[in-house]
Amino acid sequence: MAPNPSGAPEARVETSRPVGDRVEHTTCYMCACRCGIRVHLKDGRVRYIQGNPDHPVNKGVLCGKGSAGIMQHYSPARLSRPLRRVGPRGSGEFEEISWDEALETATGWLRPLRESDPRKLAFFTGRDQSQALTGWWASQFGTPNYAAHGGFCSVNMAAAGLYSIGGSFWEFGEPDWHHTRYFLMFGVAEDHDSNPIKMGIDQLKKRGARFVSVNPAKTGYSAVADEWIGIRPGTDGRFVMSLIHELLKAGKVDVDYLVRYTNAHHLVWQGGDAEDGLIARDAEGRPLAWDAGKNAPVPADAVGITPLLKGRFEIKGRPVVPAFQLMAERYLDPEHAPEVAGPVCGLRPQVIRRIAAELAEAAFEHPVTLPVAWTDAAGRRHQGMVGRPVAMHAMRGISSHSNGFHTCRAIHLLQMLLGSVDTPGGFRYKPPFPKPIPPPVKPTGAKGPGQPLGGPPLGFVTDPADLLVDDDGNPQRLDKAYSWEHPLASHGLMHMVIHNAWAGDPYPIDTLFLFMANMGWNSSMNSAGVIDMLTDTDPETGAYRIPRIIYSDAYYSEMVAYADLILPDTTYLERHDCISLLDRPICDAEAAADAIRHPVVAPDRDVRNFQGVLLDLGARLGLPGMTNPDGSPTYPGGYADYLVNHQRSPGIGPLAGWRGADGQSHGKGDPNPDQLEAYKANGGFWRLEIPEDGRYFKFANQSYLDWAAELGLLGKAAPITLEIYSEILQKFRNAARGLGSVEVPEAHRARVETYFDPLPIWYPPFEEAALEASQPGRFPLHALTQRPMHMYHSWGSQNAWLRQITNHNRLYINRATAAARGIADDDWVWVESHHGRIKCQVRLIDGVNPETVWTWNAIGKRAGAWNLKPDAPEATKGFLLNHLISELLPPRDGAPRYANSDPVTGQAAWFDLKVEVSKADPAEAPLTEPRFPPLAVPPSVTGPRPEVSRFGAEFQPQEGEAP
Amino acid sequence: MTTLPPPTPRRLGLVIDLDTCVGCQGCVTNCKEWNTGGHMGPLTDLDPYGPKVDGVWFNRVHSFEINPGAEGDPETARTVHFPRSCLHCAQPDCVTVCPTGASYKRAEDGIVLIDQERCIGCKLCSWACPYGAREYDPDAGTMKKCTLCVDRIYNETLPEAERQPACVLTCPSRARHFGDLGDPDSAVSRLVAERGGQALLAELGYGPVNVYLPPRRKGPPPDGPRELTPAGPADDPLAWLDRPVPR
Repeated sequence: MAPNPSGAPEARVETSRPVGDRVEHTTCYMCACRCGIRVHLKDGRVRYIQGNPDHPVNKGVLCGKGSAGIMQHYSPARLSRPLRRVGPRGSGEFEEISWDEALETATGWLRPLRESDPRKLAFFTGRDQSQALTGWWASQFGTPNYAAHGGFCSVNMAAAGLYSIGGSFWEFGEPDWHHTRYFLMFGVAEDHDSNPIKMGIDQLKKRGARFVSVNPAKTGYSAVADEWIGIRPGTDGRFVMSLIHELLKAGKVDVDYLVRYTNAHHLVWQGGDAEDGLIARDAEGRPLAWDAGKNAPVPADAVGITPLLKGRFEIKGRPVVPAFQLMAERYLDPEHAPEVAGPVCGLRPQVIRRIAAELAEAAFEHPVTLPVAWTDAAGRRHQGMVGRPVAMHAMRGISSHSNGFHTCRAIHLLQMLLGSVDTPGGFRYKPPFPKPIPPPVKPTGAKGPGQPLGGPPLGFVTDPADLLVDDDGNPQRLDKAYSWEHPLASHGLMHMVIHNAWAGDPYPIDTLFLFMANMGWNSSMNSAGVIDMLTDTDPETGAYRIPRIIYSDAYYSEMVAYADLILPDTTYLERHDCISLLDRPICDAEAAADAIRHPVVAPDRDVRNFQGVLLDLGARLGLPGMTNPDGSPTYPGGYADYLVNHQRSPGIGPLAGWRGADGQSHGKGDPNPDQLEAYKANGGFWRLEIPEDGRYFKFANQSYLDWAAELGLLGKAAPITLEIYSEILQKFRNAARGLGSVEVPEAHRARVETYFDPLPIWYPPFEEAALEASQPGRFPLHALTQRPMHMYHSWGSQNAWLRQITNHNRLYINRATAAARGIADDDWVWVESHHGRIKCQVRLIDGVNPETVWTWNAIGKRAGAWNLKPDAPEATKGFLLNHLISELLPPRDGAPRYANSDPVTGQAAWFDLKVEVSKADPAEAPLTEPRFPPLAVPPSVTGPRPEVSRFGAEFQPQEGEAP
Repeated sequence: MTTLPPPTPRRLGLVIDLDTCVGCQGCVTNCKEWNTGGHMGPLTDLDPYGPKVDGVWFNRVHSFEINPGAEGDPETARTVHFPRSCLHCAQPDCVTVCPTGASYKRAEDGIVLIDQERCIGCKLCSWACPYGAREYDPDAGTMKKCTLCVDRIYNETLPEAERQPACVLTCPSRARHFGDLGDPDSAVSRLVAERGGQALLAELGYGPVNVYLPPRRKGPPPDGPRELTPAGPADDPLAWLDRPVPR
């Protein structure tokens, strides 16, 4: 045989073609992970996007989403011009208008609101990475009705962490991937902090560290874990408290760590008076501890004392006990024994016992010692850093329950008892954390017509007097954050905004201004109901109940069709941005870091970066900070101008790197006109390492505290005492008991008293508890969503590559659970909750908790949206669980209905959903329900959709091109 | 029909770790974006925004479940993320069946490629391949497949560290490794030896170059602790704390 029939030699392969003709470094925005990317361009077109090998977040790797960025950038669903609605809301009928007209329209709507009652603007942003700007803008406008999406995402994690250890899970901390021996992960959505976790799992496996995943579903990370614990949803707190029970009984607790770094030894007043449950303090306000040597109270932060953690004492005849004693009494109760907790969690008691034993062995039999001398904040010199190599991480599966705040606090308590928080091998803070507990920023309310707020709209309350309520205790904010309904709602309650605006509860508004939040579809509970609210009219006037809606998005999402004025945003490759220390930075446990985006390609449409538009609107409205005394805009160069020149406080701006006129200052310094160029020259990011002796024990490490204060991350270099016992929660409880100066409205007293427990508690999620009381057994299954690693919420379906991987979803159900209902693989089923029902198709699996069904989030699409063909599988076979979830808890005896939220933080309780599943009549059409009429696609959506995409053909060698 | 070169001393290929692949699809889309503008591109997509969407992919990851235990038992079920691409076999029938000489195996490194100029789209090769690694492009009328990023691994315009297949460089859990499996001392060969790497369907005799590393053992460590011992009597469980704790 010849090499080939024609006898010709092997084809010549060009192996050294240049990738493109230009390379730019910027930041990915295919999800919230914020990896560094190198964008290769050829003839102005995006040829290839790769992970930036030098970037601190992703070190060169890039996930399925990031690697599909080209198709997002060239999506035919991109909006291309400002639009004004001409048909009814939801019709998709718009006319194109100029930017000047759009901005004048918006200004004309907003100016009278600012002059009369700024609260009538509700400004909510979605998966916004510029909250330092958007929050400041709301503040300058004067409306407290501002938040981003944290209230429906992660506020339970943020608040529980910040009110316990001054830092939190999610992207604000990380396991010590290099030293941990035991990694325990709870309920993590696989598109969250995704590349760092994947890279970390590789580190663990290389070192032979043990990885245990607690999650009702065995997908993604759980599939590669050394052990999967298929817990029943909403019971993680019970599981963790049972682990604590076991550790306490066995004395496997790091008491040395506790007395040095936590308030375990602080004395707590007992006795039922106004100070009941509060920390006993000396005249200077220093917490007291009981010294074994002196047999007397001493300042708890003193060095050389021997505090007792156990016992009952008296100070001037009044009883006190150490916080540890209260904690230990609670969790030693037989209620927390594995044989009691196990059945609640759907786990065998011996699994709980074994995990407790494994944790104790890793922590206490294998301490990690790093040969790094350091000095603690009390001046003690340590020759090495000794750590407990047990690390934990938790996110959505904990966060999305109405008991999530306390469950997350329980996980932090477990970490504190093991002595592992920010020690070698443990959970580590990323700067700017740890912060004082909680961070010293209070939320502020409206000051009145024409007035900016006195501070930021969001912050951290520490006392009932900090709540944003009127004299009768009614909410001041539209979303009822910081009210008695949700006192610690540090991120607001975005999921209640449309409902409350529609209901005029607590007051009607005029304009709803949304950015990048698909509230007309997958970002709302009760999506069909929300659509009705967005289109509901006053029967007398015919006017919409929510009079005006302004929306900014880059793409034709479902929400666009329900807005009156559309401000089209750019893609992530066409824009400036900052990944700021003031917002959600990209720090790691060993360095502070921030980054930029910058336009690597010019828009080919008449679109503008939303943040620049916001500054423009601010200048048109004459908002302070955005307008010069002569009325001219303060930032005529738009968002890039702001990034460089804005100062939040003297010397501190959005970007920390290369400050000062000479670009030599970091952290603090005057604006540097060449700052963005310096970022670009450094690969798009800035990173400053913590001194080597400051990288652990940051809450009490003098080297770290000095460094953080110098950089402006902390107000002062003072140690932070971790709180196993929360005095702040007790203050609210006391108020509810009538012990204090602030009165709690009668309707909320019992709730506040119950859920403001100073120690973590567990209770069944609210929806489950209510339904079990009213209709026992009617909705026996938990239903929840998971995130495919290759999709980010609703964004992926417009992506020609990603939608080939997933373009419809199934309901995953345990094989035995399905068999008990006569359901076979591929069957169509009805799924019913107390709120509604949907129809979808099942896939039977084994790797799921038998009492749980789940599906992929946000794959189902409204026909016509995202410029997909109306018969795309996303619309015919894709579905949302959202239709089954009510934004309100089930009714209670005529009393007002609370939001379907955590009672402490207001976090949306997406995963409390309970359902029953039954086989659909096979004669019914194989289409998901509910169905909605297709949305019309406005003419200015970029389209048209190609029938064949030959993307990349343009990069092939041209005739005669030199190799 | 097309001849093969003599057995190649260099056998470039991939080692894929099924213990760390979390199924994120990073290698899948990074392969797509590199190769659609690369040597065998474009990787055409049909009906990209409609119901019949289908495209050319050189690398796919299949996620599925197996259960060696009882049906319905969550604990014994195993979720598998299985990356699949051309294995650049030593004995590739996809080459020998090619009637035009379009399919060929390179003598210098063993990579199997298709000359797009000579391919007539007869699909004989896709019938011959037992791994389903060949991808027909109905728009171009030709067969396409994984090139092992032949336009990256020798590309002198790239930094040396990046002369690797796109799927390997991008993998977030570092589950993919590239190297010369013909060299017993190469890093990939040593990894295969350490971890007991396995050829896919070796019994078919095609001599696949790519190797899969099997998942590690799951479940409780056999020699680990089972439960803790109480440190105090039942009526004083905190007796262990009857000691001073100096601060």
